[in-house]
Amino acid sequence: MLEVEAGARTTVKFTLNGKAVKAEAEARMQLADFLRHVFKQYGTHVGCEHGICGACTVLVDGRAVRSCLIFAAQIEGATVTTVEGLAEDNGELNDLQMAFRTHHALQCGFCTPGILASATQFLNEHADASEHDIRDMLSGHICRCTGYTGIIEAISATAQNRKSRGQKNTSPEKDND
Amino acid sequence: MKPAAFKYVRADSIEEALSVLAKYGEDVRVMAGGQSLGALLNMRIVTPPIVLDINRIFVLSQIESGRTVMTGAMVRQADALSSGAIRRDVGLLAQALPHVGHYQTRNRGTLGGSVAHADPSAEIPLVLATLGGEIELRSVRHVRRVAAKQFFRSALVTGRGGDELITALHWPRTSSETETAFFEFAVRDGDFAIVAVACAFERRAGRMRLGFGGCGEVPQVVEVSAPSGINAKAVEEIARDLSKQLDYRSDLLASADYRRSLATVLARKAMVASIEKARAYA
Repeated sequence: MLEVEAGARTTVKFTLNGKAVKAEAEARMQLADFLRHVFKQYGTHVGCEHGICGACTVLVDGRAVRSCLIFAAQIEGATVTTVEGLAEDNGELNDLQMAFRTHHALQCGFCTPGILASATQFLNEHADASEHDIRDMLSGHICRCTGYTGIIEAISATAQNRKSRGQKNTSPEKDND
Repeated sequence: MKPAAFKYVRADSIEEALSVLAKYGEDVRVMAGGQSLGALLNMRIVTPPIVLDINRIFVLSQIESGRTVMTGAMVRQADALSSGAIRRDVGLLAQALPHVGHYQTRNRGTLGGSVAHADPSAEIPLVLATLGGEIELRSVRHVRRVAAKQFFRSALVTGRGGDELITALHWPRTSSETETAFFEFAVRDGDFAIVAVACAFERRAGRMRLGFGGCGEVPQVVEVSAPSGINAKAVEEIARDLSKQLDYRSDLLASADYRRSLATVLARKAMVASIEKARAYA
């Protein structure tokens, strides 16, 4: 059992974008603030701070989650991927990011890091995503610039490109039990 | 906003969590997925002295299919959605889950957390009440099971004692003679439902259970004799009669009258959908 008194700090060890890291956090510190203010990873954006806007979405153990609704202390031992960790090893944009550029899937870019996190998990699970599926997944994000059309095109094009390249990007929907 | 300071306690076992609850009782807020509690903390709508994190109690993440289907309190909504046992044995839940929050919040949000939070428009409490399921509660004093019907007392108010932890939900298995349907209306997908209707139709017995969420403070379940076949007029009459028996609240989103109107329409749709499914066997 771990107990952290109000106002006290605890050391949190986890993997951030492939690197083992650790830092101290107060119990009430949101993961979003931990990433931004302690690790200076400003790619994770903070919008509403109550789980609605989706801007702060990051991957925790491969799953897209709101980093404003998880506390830093809760990610002990977890693997966190932010937008800073999506690019290829040589620093080039990955195929999903390139598609966002090609299809004008962003304007101001505030919502983009969160959407990229969601789309990363989503494409791993849905090789044959329909437009409806993509829209449904995107309902968890608010974009005020694009009207979503470019975003849907970018995600859809990435799915098609991965399929035609025969790249193994699917872990078929699995039963948990 | 940022939460007020709280003491964070992470339990590694049910016993540890129960000892914390026994010691501090009402001072504790239990955090499962945190998709509602996190927002309430951030907005300082709640400022509990202690937050008890149960995410590391892995035994609470199990799904077991026996006489009933048991889902541990920490089963994530996304995992329930991809569970073969739930799809097979608790079809109504599988139909309702895509309406719960968003893809991203289902990754984290849990079945038990939704039941503990008891939002009047929440789908998971509605399905549990409609199917006649039970909530398993544990404390250092005892283990007990409470029928969903008795558990939900009012909006955000449940029968959980201050020292109790919800450890599991028990879902009656849907028999092969039961057809189910789920419909809801929200301003946008993923928003809180203004009205949600769940329907379980027992073909042989000719009985239908209809559950209504979002209408009043708690899920309301009504049982009726099923109309014979899809007689549009008969279905419409039953839907009207049913919706007259329910309690409705008014809020910024919708008036009580509008909710009643939605309840009638959605009840009709749910009845028709389940009768149509049953027809495949006729």
